[in-house]
Amino acid sequence: MNTTILTELKAEAKDLNFLYGQVHALKDINLPIERRKVTALIGPSGCGKTTFLRCFNRMHDLYPHNRYKGEIILYPDNVNIISPEIDPIEVRMQISMVFQKPNPFPKTIYENVAYGLRVRGTKKKQVIDERVEKSLRGAALWDEVKDRLHNLAFDLSGGQQQRLCIARALATDPRILLFDEPTSALDPIATSKIEELIIELKNEVTIIIVTHNMQQAARISDYTAFMYIGEIVEYDRTEKIFTAPSSKLTEDYITGRFG
Amino acid sequence: MQNTDIRKRIKAIRRWNGIFRIVGLLSTFVGLVLLFALMADLFTDGFPRLSYKFFASFPSRFPEEAGILSAWVGSCLVLLVTACAAIPLGVAAGVYLEEYARKNWLTDLIEINIANLAGVPSIVYGLLALGLFVYFFRFGESVLTGGLTLALLILPMVIMATREAIRAIPNSIREASYAVGATKWQTVKWHIIPYSTGGILTGIIIGLSRAIGETAPIITVGALTFIAFLPEPPISSDFPFISFKWLLDPFTVMPIQMFNWVSRPQKGFQLNAAAAGIVLMGMTLLMNGIAIYIRYKFRKKIKW
Repeated sequence: MNTTILTELKAEAKDLNFLYGQVHALKDINLPIERRKVTALIGPSGCGKTTFLRCFNRMHDLYPHNRYKGEIILYPDNVNIISPEIDPIEVRMQISMVFQKPNPFPKTIYENVAYGLRVRGTKKKQVIDERVEKSLRGAALWDEVKDRLHNLAFDLSGGQQQRLCIARALATDPRILLFDEPTSALDPIATSKIEELIIELKNEVTIIIVTHNMQQAARISDYTAFMYIGEIVEYDRTEKIFTAPSSKLTEDYITGRFG
Repeated sequence: MQNTDIRKRIKAIRRWNGIFRIVGLLSTFVGLVLLFALMADLFTDGFPRLSYKFFASFPSRFPEEAGILSAWVGSCLVLLVTACAAIPLGVAAGVYLEEYARKNWLTDLIEINIANLAGVPSIVYGLLALGLFVYFFRFGESVLTGGLTLALLILPMVIMATREAIRAIPNSIREASYAVGATKWQTVKWHIIPYSTGGILTGIIIGLSRAIGETAPIITVGALTFIAFLPEPPISSDFPFISFKWLLDPFTVMPIQMFNWVSRPQKGFQLNAAAAGIVLMGMTLLMNGIAIYIRYKFRKKIKW
């Protein structure tokens, strides 16, 4: 079976450049994002992987002096989501994000998950109830919290909090889910739970994950892009990157010679 | 260095440690003793005068019959106006400056201005209010004028308390809200204001407890020192049942009543002043207590 025929693009960065004031953080990035696959961005710290990820839901628009150039096309609508004509809120409604440190709101578990629906003006309790349950199940958290949905989210452990944040991101049926080093603040057991979850989630949603942990990228991603000083050095199927990288720089990085 | 040398050195250093301990203790005592002396004096003079009648009587020519009814009612009404004006303005300004305003030289200038406003002597606010509320807007020497004057006075405190409280909210919470597609207003309404409520309320109450003791600006705008009637009641028996006439009635407040009594020669009035002082201090302590309680309550619920 030829797998390349089965793939389909969900998004694509085309000649993407990004500047923080005078700092040229991303340089001519070109990268396809395959639909319902996990794409991992790896590279040494400061290489721009998080900056790149945050372009996808226009997080940079929250702060002044940031500029995008080029395009990130979202398929199938063929919309350039970084174009100034597109409202960043419209982009964020379709592309959710899970952050490095679990950041639940100081509200109940239920309200944390329901938040995205409230933002969209959903009022019907029944609809919200259903979505909350579905998202918590999707985030593999339902069984642990179903009896205490109205407890504060801060009462959960770190790993549970992060899964709650995933549930919050899932509640609004995102088209792409962004993960910014989602396990860097978690212990190994919580980490493996999140990793299993990500592998499961790709049946439903396209995933882009930034990770500083190469084993993690190897375990959970289908495609990997290696970034270095604001550029994509190599992009390929994950097995290929980790077994036979074509670039010397990639090989040095994944074998631990620098980074 | 020999062990004996080291010990000598340590001994010398230790001596300074001990000296400072004594100086610090004495300094603390000066503050405490003065406060206690003040309170003891106030209590021995004023306590016997405290009775239901004292709270329920108007001022009088006879010290035994004089009370603080018009003063405490006036203080409460003025504070009500102050709170209604200062809270929405202060909180809105604080939220705007922290969440909406771009950081540039203009917002820096505003920030410096607000910090300076907090240090302006209160009598200057009185002068401003006299020109603005009494002469320009023609509110008269009324509860409304007094309340708005004190609102101006505590506005910088409310703004700064709001900003401090908002700054304590970690950025990750804002990003979490924006990341699901919230607008700025949704983020402010559902997160920024609720999570900063504890700090804001604390600032408001501390501002109000300062306002309740202010005398100079209230005298400047022309509060009466002798008032033997109450403002119009805010609730009436006729439609529409709520009346705002009290806003334009003349008034007096607790510190002015005290000032009036202190300046009289008869001993009886001095005792009245002390009794009013106890009541005023009780009001302030109560408000500070509420502020501490609120801070404690909210701290327990939200930890970052």
